[in-house]
This record gives sequence, C-alpha cells and structure tokens, in this order.
Amino acid sequence: MAPLPSSARCVVIGAGIVGNSLVHHLAELGWTDIVQLDKGPLPNPGGSTGHASNFIFPVDHSREFADITLDSVRQYEELGVFTQSGGYEVARTEERMEELRRRMSSAKAWGIPAELVTPEQVAEKVPFLDPSVIIGAAWFPTVGVVDSLRAGTIFRERAVERGALTTVPNVEVTGMEVVDGRIRAVETNQGRIEADTVVVACGVWSPRIARMAGAHIPLTPAVHQMISVGPCEVLAERPGEISYPIVRDMDTFCYERQHGSDMEVGSYAHRPILWDPDDIPSIEQAKLSPTEMPFTEDDFDPQLEQALELMPELLGDERAEIRYAINGLLSLTPDGYPILGETPEVKGLWSAAAVWIKEGPGTARAVAEWMTHGNPEIDLGHSDIARFHPHQRTRAHVRARTSEAFNKTYGIVHPGEQWSSNRNVRLAPMHASQRDLGAVFFETAGWERPHWYESNAGLVEEYGDACMPREHEWDARWWSPVINAEHLRMREAAGLVDLSAFAIFDVVGPRALEAVQRIIVAQADVRVGRVVYTPVLDERGGFRSDLTVMRLAHDRFRVVTGGAHGMADKKWFADRMPEDGGAVVVDLTSSWTTIGLWGPRALDIVSSVTDADLSPSGLGFGSCREIEVGGLHVLASRISYVGEFGWELYTPMEAGAALWARLLEAGTPHGMVPVGIGVYGTTGRLEKGYRAYGTELDTERTLMETGMSRAKWKDQDFLGKDAVLAQAGEPPKTVLCSLTVDDHTSASGRKRYMLGGEPILTRDGGTLTDGHGRHPYVTTAGSAPSLGKHVLMAFLPPDAAVLGNELAVSYMEELYPVTVAAVDATPLFDPGNERIRGLA
Amino acid sequence: MSNVLVCVKRVPDPTGEVVLTPDGMRVDGRFAGYTTSPHEEAAVALAVAVAEASEGTVTVLSVGPPESIEQIRAALAVGGTDGILVEADSDLLGPADVAAAIAEAVQARQAAGTTYDLVLLGNDAADTGDFQVGVRLSYLLDRPVVAGIQTVEVDGDVATLRGEGPEGTEVYEVTLPAVATVLEGGVTPRYPSVMGRMRAKKAEVETRTWSGSPAGSGREALVVPEPPPSQVTVLGEGAAAAPALVAVLRELKVVQR
Repeated sequence: MAPLPSSARCVVIGAGIVGNSLVHHLAELGWTDIVQLDKGPLPNPGGSTGHASNFIFPVDHSREFADITLDSVRQYEELGVFTQSGGYEVARTEERMEELRRRMSSAKAWGIPAELVTPEQVAEKVPFLDPSVIIGAAWFPTVGVVDSLRAGTIFRERAVERGALTTVPNVEVTGMEVVDGRIRAVETNQGRIEADTVVVACGVWSPRIARMAGAHIPLTPAVHQMISVGPCEVLAERPGEISYPIVRDMDTFCYERQHGSDMEVGSYAHRPILWDPDDIPSIEQAKLSPTEMPFTEDDFDPQLEQALELMPELLGDERAEIRYAINGLLSLTPDGYPILGETPEVKGLWSAAAVWIKEGPGTARAVAEWMTHGNPEIDLGHSDIARFHPHQRTRAHVRARTSEAFNKTYGIVHPGEQWSSNRNVRLAPMHASQRDLGAVFFETAGWERPHWYESNAGLVEEYGDACMPREHEWDARWWSPVINAEHLRMREAAGLVDLSAFAIFDVVGPRALEAVQRIIVAQADVRVGRVVYTPVLDERGGFRSDLTVMRLAHDRFRVVTGGAHGMADKKWFADRMPEDGGAVVVDLTSSWTTIGLWGPRALDIVSSVTDADLSPSGLGFGSCREIEVGGLHVLASRISYVGEFGWELYTPMEAGAALWARLLEAGTPHGMVPVGIGVYGTTGRLEKGYRAYGTELDTERTLMETGMSRAKWKDQDFLGKDAVLAQAGEPPKTVLCSLTVDDHTSASGRKRYMLGGEPILTRDGGTLTDGHGRHPYVTTAGSAPSLGKHVLMAFLPPDAAVLGNELAVSYMEELYPVTVAAVDATPLFDPGNERIRGLA
Repeated sequence: MSNVLVCVKRVPDPTGEVVLTPDGMRVDGRFAGYTTSPHEEAAVALAVAVAEASEGTVTVLSVGPPESIEQIRAALAVGGTDGILVEADSDLLGPADVAAAIAEAVQARQAAGTTYDLVLLGNDAADTGDFQVGVRLSYLLDRPVVAGIQTVEVDGDVATLRGEGPEGTEVYEVTLPAVATVLEGGVTPRYPSVMGRMRAKKAEVETRTWSGSPAGSGREALVVPEPPPSQVTVLGEGAAAAPALVAVLRELKVVQR
C-alpha cells in the first residue's frame, strides 16, 4: 500500500464513481501529483457507488442532466463497461400516459431515441410482465447498465499510467487546514497532506468533510430501498448480467431490473428516510457496507404487492427468494441538482457531490474542465455550489425539501410546480399588503413573490378572451388568466411590481472601475448616475449572467441581478476582485427592496408623490438618481424589463412597506394595479424579446447566437473579449428566435398551450439540427396578451431562422403550426421601443 | 400432525462490530439493524420442515417490544402459520421471566385447545447469551428437553433429535411433547419468497402480555472485550517477500516443494 505523501498538487477525497472519474479527467487535462484518499478499501470503499443499481435512463426534462448523462454513457461505452438493455417506462394511468408524451418531447429535444408503445409490445420484450396491468409505455432503446466499480478501477489505472495519481485507501480524513480563507492541507489519521486544491467527492459524507473546513455541501443521505429476488428461472436461462429491458413502473415509483438470475426491485415510493452524515456507521460497525443500511420491511411491503401485480409469475415463484434487501443510502439535495464547483467559503476547496451513477463520468469531466480553465463545456449553472442562499444551506431546509422531493423521483412534476415545504422564509416588506390583495405566491430563492393577485380577478371579465384563457387543466396549472389581465392593465394604465427578490451587491474601492470594467461587456466607465444593462461572459464568450450595473460614485458600482442566480453572480464578481483589496464586493441584498412602476400612467402616478422631475427628459433612460418620496429616500432607476416607461425604485428594506403603500394609493385612481411576476418574468419580457439567464442564456450560448451582438466593442479588455471578437467574424451556429403559435387546436378539438421544453420541428414534423448538433426546443413559452398570441423562444438552425418561416412545435405528441416572428432581439411588441422612451 | 411452537428473539444483528448503548446495558442495533438470532433462524427452518412433513402448523412466538413483530413476520414469511407476540420490555426480563412468559402462553393455548407437540428455541440469544430459557421452560411445562440439537425428525409421538457433541453426533429419541434448543449448522435457513412475505403480512398474530412480575436478569453491565492482538505477520513487501511467502506455503503444505 502506498504511503501517504506529505504534499500534493491536488487531493481528491473519495474513490466512488465521482472521485475515480475525476482523477482520470484531471490527469487527462494535464494535472499531475494528484493524491486520492478514501477511508474504505478498493475497489469498493463502501459508499453509494458500491450498492448502486447501475442502470441509466438517458431521458430527463433537464437539458443539463440529459447532456451530462449522454456524456457519461459515451465514457462508459468507451471503457467497455456499458451493456445496452433498453428500458421501458410503463404507465398504469392516463395521467401517466400524458406524462410519457411529455417525456417524448424531452427525448426529441435532447436527441434521445424514444417511442410510445402498447402493453403488448412491452410484453413481447418482457414476457414476464402482465400487459393487462398497464395501458402503455415509453420505450427507450439506449437504456443500459454499467459496471461502475470496474469503470472506477479503469479510470484510476489510467491516471496512474500517466504518472499523475497516487491512491491511498483506508485512510480517514480527520480535519482540514484553512488559512486566510484558503485550503492549505488535509489532515488524516495517517498524517497531513499539504495541497492548495482539494476536492470533496465523498457522496453522502460530503457535508461532514466540508464542514471540517467551514464550508457547506447541503445534501442529505437518504434511503432508497432495494431488494433482489432470485434465482428466477426465466432470467437464469439467459447468459450475462442483463438480457431483458429494465422496467420503470412509474405510477408505483418502482423499477424492476434484471441482475443475472435475480430481479432487483427498487423503490422511491416509501416514506422519506433521511440520515445525518454523522450517524452513518463506520466500516467496522456496518453489517454490509456503511451505506447499505438495515432493510425496513414494512416500508417496502406495499411496493412488493405492486411489483407482484406487474410480474406475477416471475416474482410469485415460491423458489425465488428475497436474498438481498437494503436501505441503500444515496445523496439528495434541496433542489435535485448536484453540488459542484469551488465552495464560496473556502478558496481551493471544491465539491463534486450528489452525483448519481448516470451522471458520474460526465460530471467529473465538466468539473475537471472547470478546475483546469474555469469553463466546463457543458453548462453547470444549475449545479453550481455557489447557487445556495444562506437559508438553503440549513439542515432544516435540506431535510424539508428532500423529503418533499423524494416521492417525486418518478413523479409527474409540472414545470411550474411550487414547493410546499419551508416556505415563508424571506418575506418582502410589503408582504402583508400583498396577502391582503390575494397574492398567489411563488417562491424564488426563498422569497415569496406574488405571481398574480386575486384582487385583479375582476379584470379577467373586463378583458375577456384577450386574457387567453386555457382550457386544459395541465396547461392552466400553476397559471391564471389574471396574469394576462394584469399585463393588459399595465400596458393600458400602469403596474406595480415587487422586486424584493433581486440580489444586490456593490463593488466598492479605488480599483472598483477597473474590476467591473474587466468583468462586464458594457462600458463601465460611465458618468455617475448611469445604469447599464450588460451581459457577463466567461473566457469562451458564453454567458455567465446578464445584469444591470449602476454607477453610484466614482468608486462605487451597484450590481442588481436575479435572486435565483444572485449568489453565483456574487461569487463570480468576488473571485475577480484585485488581490490587493483595491475593490471589494459588499452584499446589500437584505438592505434594499425594489419596487417597479411601469406603464403609460407611471409619470402621473409618481408625480403625485414626489416633486422630483422623473419625466422622460428629467431622468433619461438608463439613468438613476436619488429622489425624495415624501419622507422616504428612494433611488430611481429608469430601466424596464416589461417594455414600458417607468422605474425600478430602490428603498431601504425597512421603508419598503411605506413606499409600496404610497404608490398603491397614488396609482389606484389612475387605474394602476399590482402586477405579479407572471407578467414581469414571462408575458412582459416575451413581448419584448428579452432573454432570461438560465433559460435562453447560459455558458453554452454566445452574444451572436442570442442576437445580442453590438455594433462596436469597448476598447478596454473584458472577460470573453477575444472569443467575442472571433465569434463576431463568423456566422452563428444557432440563432435565438421568437415564434408565434398559429393554431392551438388539438386533435380532440381542445386548445393546448405549450409550457416550455417542447421540440421545434419542420412543419411536417421533420427534425431540425443546428450547427452545434442540437435540436431546437422551446426555452420559454408564454402568453403575449397584447399581441393575442402564444409566444415561444427557441434557438433555430440559421437556415431555419427566417422571418415568416413556417415550422411546428410538438406538444404531447401532437404538432401545432408556428411561425418565426423574430430572428434577433427585436421586440414583437412596440418594436421601436416608443413606450419605454415615454413617447407613446 | 405436529404442532410446533418456535420461539424467536429480536436481537441486534450480530455480524458487525458490537456497539453498546451509552449506558452499557445493551447491544446497540442502530447501525446493524435488528434480526432473529441465527440459532433461532435454524429453529424456524426445522419447525417448518417438521410441520410440512406432518401437515402440521408452526406458531412463532416472541417475547419483547412491539417491534418484535418484525421477527415474527420474518419467520411467518418462511413458512410459519401464525404468531404470538408477548409484549414486554426485554430490558426488564431475565431468562426465568422469559421462560415463564412463554410457558404462560403455551398453557393459554392449551386451554384454548391447541397443544404444541414440540417447542423449539435457540440455544442462546445472540445478544444476551444466557443459555437458560429452554431448560427453564421445559421445567415449567414439565416436559423433557434436549439442548444443542441441529436436526429434528418426528415419527408419530417420537422425535429424533441430533446434535454435534464433543465425542461425535449425539442422537436422542424423545417422546412428545418435548422442548429442544437448537444450534445453527444443521439446516440452511431460507430467505423468504415474495409470496411468503405477502402471506406473513396477512397471517394472524396474537398480542398478549405476561401476568407475572419480572425478576430481572441481574445484569450489571455489558463489556466488549478488547479485540485479541493481531496475529498477522508481515512477510515483507514486493518481490523481496517472495521467498518468505514460499516458505510459509511449504510449511502449510500448500505447495510441495
């Protein structure tokens, strides 16, 4: 056994699928002197990898997951440890069939082979399945199983062959040495290793290891029950580990997966059983492995009955015994995404945790790229460890959300579905007033944000069909025609929007200009009082964010960005401050609240509560100024995300309720209504062609592809400039377009409304492929009430991105005609922007 | 037709490292989980075989906390007919108390018309290891007892019991009704089938309490002895260790020369 080195360039803690894949990819990218530790023996140190069921269904509603999984499968195939078996998701209910139709949409969008089949077709390939129990299924031919332990061994061997890796098993990490916010060394029961880069790839133990350094990896170990029944005669007749397709019995939240002569039945149906990392037994204390906890039969009994229904002869055979049964521990996170990247608390300490077998190698490659040059090829925005707000790192939050999500593992989850647990955590100062107005709250980053106000329900009658009511329950779930009514009233009179969820931070100091100039694309050296909207790019010209920056003083810039992504943006800025402390980032999110007031009557309204001249000439577009509203101190910023004249009004958090009340009172006689995020986030911005980070914009998209190129670029250097200049000289590989739906009528005669994620096809259903090899899908879908149209955004191949081009969108396995309405950022509504300029 | 009563105890799974509760009075099953003592798993398998051969029944009895239903159901899943749970706080009971509780249940069943021809117990429990309940029970029931048996055959009202003794296999013929305590090794316990597990879930389990007052075990505390010093000798590392390894293999006669 190798002795423990006293120093390393990089220490990777953990020899499960993630740690093993990671050491390989780091070595591939030129890293040397990597030391990998695990407290268990090789090749199975006792973590979740060792008891994983090891099958891979590539389809997922999330593009990030789908891309990472596809990359993982490619890697497993290259290692020779992937066996393709095919797999079914079977439906027992019509509601599930509808969900499977949605799965078809996602599969088409991500380029994954899939088709809907009849129960009899399933029974042809799975003769021991009773077709009378199901009404249909989705067939995924590229489903397969992997040998994740073998894969790990090969990965380690490859890194060793390169002379890059020393793996030391049976050594336990006991502490972390952090000096001035940087990792310095890892302490173990066999001594200390100095390293300035350390990766926590410890699966269910990750929170405990990170805590040793004062960092948070907010995941929880959770039980996934699995039994193995055998020997089953029909399975034993065929050679090898797997020769029948895997069956996911979606409505019972169970799967049946052949493993040699046994049938494994796994469940996500039982009550959530969460563990604390500190309570996981040691290797010595555990009966099997530390992550194979004692089986609790009672929790599994209902699933046994359902599995028996589906495969009565196979599982009902008295000679087949339940010879292995575990409460296997796996990692769950509060939002379902992995936890990847450098911890915001400790420089040089990285997390690669909450990653399942199907994502392991792909995730490891992306994290290795991130560690090497900062820019993973696949966008990891949803998985970035920096995404968590402080309250999201609390144990109570993690436990609440993972408990709520566990039974949704195979559940039917609506794209607009809201969490019900751990709500009312961050309340805007005007929350009481909103409640009185019948606000229907959605959550963003812990903030309760009105999505619409029931007090506006009367407007629906007033505007009638212009509210574009939706007939189908699914399309109308987590939605209300009140949103569209609020939209119309805002365009007609004015709307008041609570924007408290903004993340706000200042960049301050003598070198603030220099620091901001380097980070943002727009010119930062503007006069005090200017507001610039700007993309933030990575070195390859991919979007890291888009946000606004207000220059408040020669040495102070205020950055305002979306709440959901605010913490990651803050880290992006903080990581790029000068080392001499000449500029620093100060988080003011909890200090300021923001109220948006927009619409043709906005000036009349605001003029009734302030003497300040906020007319179009008094405060020009893209300007901000401190004003007095009665006794309140307000920073007014003239910008708009909804395409109307008006301002974002910033006031200290404690004054927010008062400002809200005054504006509400002043606005009502002018027809103003409070307007929810349904308008601000979707209908208003869609009509204006505004892109949103996380849907249209991510690190895989460029300024050229999103129609956000500029006529000229600032002279100063900025992140991504070289890439941008190179991209500007070439035709884009894909083009972000706005499309309108021409006819909503389904085969049943009911009108259907897309919600996002659907594939865009040729008018007759043919596949489109852009220059990246991607197939177009809807990034955002929503009503454009002022146009009377349902609008979709999608990246199209350049030759399809032609105004008036007639295409189709596939929704629930039916085609609907659509037409390309914009091939760049030109707004569909008020293309001359006369309203924003106050001319309308 | 033979009616067999088999007695099982809920114990922390004994196959991992033994961890004691903070007060040192019990083995902690938090990590390993709870199971049936291995000797009793063998007793269940024997009981099922005897009952099947004679178209008889197997009643599974446990004295312990409500969770002991899991151990009863586990035995029902591999062929038991019905169950009796004598609810009690195991920590308060000594072996004499457990024997009395079982005897009371046996007598109650007898009064109701069911006589157990054979009562099987484990030789000793995996956690407390008192080695007493079977013998005390036979005394209370006024029946013969054979300890440490590994196989059972019943022919009419005579049971043939075999066990490994110090001088070789010991064979006893006992007239029923009788009591026997079982050592693992003579039979391979089965895992349950799915159908067995479903039957177990539906099988009838009578819950009762014991009318006596416990005398207790007199246990002061449990102590986990230090593990014995390692017997491992490192012969060397790498190629240099080969001659020493060969020498050992020769000594063990694994290789001839």
